[in-house]
Amino acid sequence: MAAIAHSGFREPNLLMKMASRPTAMAGLLVLVVMIALSLLAPLISPYDPAQLAVRNRLLPPSWQHLFGTDDLGRDIFTRVLYSGRTSIAVGFAVVIFSSIVGVFLGLMAGFFRKLDAPVSRLIDAMMAFPDILLAIALVAALGASATNVVIALGVVYAPRLARVVRASTLVIRELPYVEAARALGVPTPVTLVRHVLRNVTSPLLVQATFIFANAILAEAGLSFLGVGISPDIPTWGTMISVGRQYMEQAPWIMWFPGGAIILAVLSLQLMGDGLRDFLDPRLAKDV
Amino acid sequence: MVRSALNRILGMLVVMALVVTIVFVIVRVTPGDPAAVMLGPDATPADIESLRERLGLNASIPEQFAVYVGGIMRGDFGQSIFLNMPVTEALLQRTEPTFFLTIFSLLIATLIALPVGILSAYWRGSIFDQAATTLAMFAASIPSFWLGLVLMQVFAVQLGWFDASGYGGPGASFAERMRHLVLPAVTLGLISSALITRFTRASMLDVLNDDYVRTARSKGMSEPRVVVRHALKNALIPILTVIGLTAALLISGAIVTETVYGLPGVGSLIVSAVLRRDYPLIQGALLVVAGLYVLVNFIIDMLYLAIDPRVRY
Repeated sequence: MAAIAHSGFREPNLLMKMASRPTAMAGLLVLVVMIALSLLAPLISPYDPAQLAVRNRLLPPSWQHLFGTDDLGRDIFTRVLYSGRTSIAVGFAVVIFSSIVGVFLGLMAGFFRKLDAPVSRLIDAMMAFPDILLAIALVAALGASATNVVIALGVVYAPRLARVVRASTLVIRELPYVEAARALGVPTPVTLVRHVLRNVTSPLLVQATFIFANAILAEAGLSFLGVGISPDIPTWGTMISVGRQYMEQAPWIMWFPGGAIILAVLSLQLMGDGLRDFLDPRLAKDV
Repeated sequence: MVRSALNRILGMLVVMALVVTIVFVIVRVTPGDPAAVMLGPDATPADIESLRERLGLNASIPEQFAVYVGGIMRGDFGQSIFLNMPVTEALLQRTEPTFFLTIFSLLIATLIALPVGILSAYWRGSIFDQAATTLAMFAASIPSFWLGLVLMQVFAVQLGWFDASGYGGPGASFAERMRHLVLPAVTLGLISSALITRFTRASMLDVLNDDYVRTARSKGMSEPRVVVRHALKNALIPILTVIGLTAALLISGAIVTETVYGLPGVGSLIVSAVLRRDYPLIQGALLVVAGLYVLVNFIIDMLYLAIDPRVRY
């Protein structure tokens, strides 16, 4: 995991390179602003996200309530900000979890010839399950909670990362410096971490960005279906799920959390696209 | 080529066996007693015991696995606890809306994605290309259930062009039932078009610089002919692959979309199975859907093998 954080800043001019891609930079900027807004929510909004004010229920957007109010009179702008914490945190946790599992499986399959076939077939089999279907089955088996949603989505996305890591590892395994390390008697685990993992980080980072985006979408989908995080915990998904019942009288209840999801996912995709353009090329083309 | 085909068949069987095992692990080997979970907190120990007996949970794990695999071999996917009918029958009853929803969404997605993707690649870097690429990325960022709700609000609630939900009720004619699929199919079609557009564009870009395209041009062939007859023909294989895999993955979209629009399809059946903890039904649905995906993948690979002599497995 250190790998991901690490690789982002190992190349000193990553930010500079990103700046040359205005769309990627815009994505990064929007995401940073969204994270900042959700963390600073108590300073930004005068309202309490859970405060009930039945007299103010179902008010349309106005200067008092930028995004209007929901069925219990709670300020939607405030709730979108606070929900961002959970939605983004869940997405990030999924990235961490699936990266740990995916990197491990990918390195094993890519580096050790004997493990390649069994691990690769396992990855193929896992990828045969559509993401939402596998996730709801896992949550059904494990029980619905935020932790289990992270585990379920982590399991769903780990094979995709494993596939990318395996492909890169297959190439790196044959490079002279890995051979040199082997000849010098460097222990295999050290070679794996120091020489292979480090050079896998670029494609990994790209893929992780897309998984972050997918995880936010999937979490919202699970919450909407009622098989994810409890509706009492505000996330963008649960907000839409609740707002659905008031679609006719107060459509804004679901507009704004939906807009927040689109904005977050779009910025992550723009970042991923930009990162791929200058981080991935060599390895991606070789495989 | 025969060797390659045999290799691929063997590979597919291994993946199928793994799929069967993974489903067993998810449904049976997870912590907690499925019988207790299914019956809820008010169940008496006697109730739980009798359900455990009925589900065969009292046997050892290897024994349960043997019974489970034996059942699948015979095409027996077990009995739905809640619906009290064979899982296969429960799934088959719900196939129609899902089948047509998938066909229509794919049709909509392809009709948008093919021309847009081709023109994007042809006019690479133009305003059109940038707008199309951005729009595709935007479409891929929209949660399908949210788009479904927004379309429902506009076209059903406000404009009243379509019914907001359902499948026409009992006795509805075929045309009536299909009318209920319009909004769900547009929802899913718009979102899936994003992926297919990106693939079409990438795949066309690959071939547009190839020698035979240049040759065709230098022979004085008209541009539309070059693009369609020479470039598209060669770009079509990867594009068809994506369309095929999208079809198999649309079940994910169907799960959400059918729930939004209250369609009695396989997707909404799976959601209610999960909410009711109907484990045999969940198990059967997982097997059928993942099995279909592996099969579609296999068929595509076999087609490759037949079409392109360079392909080897």
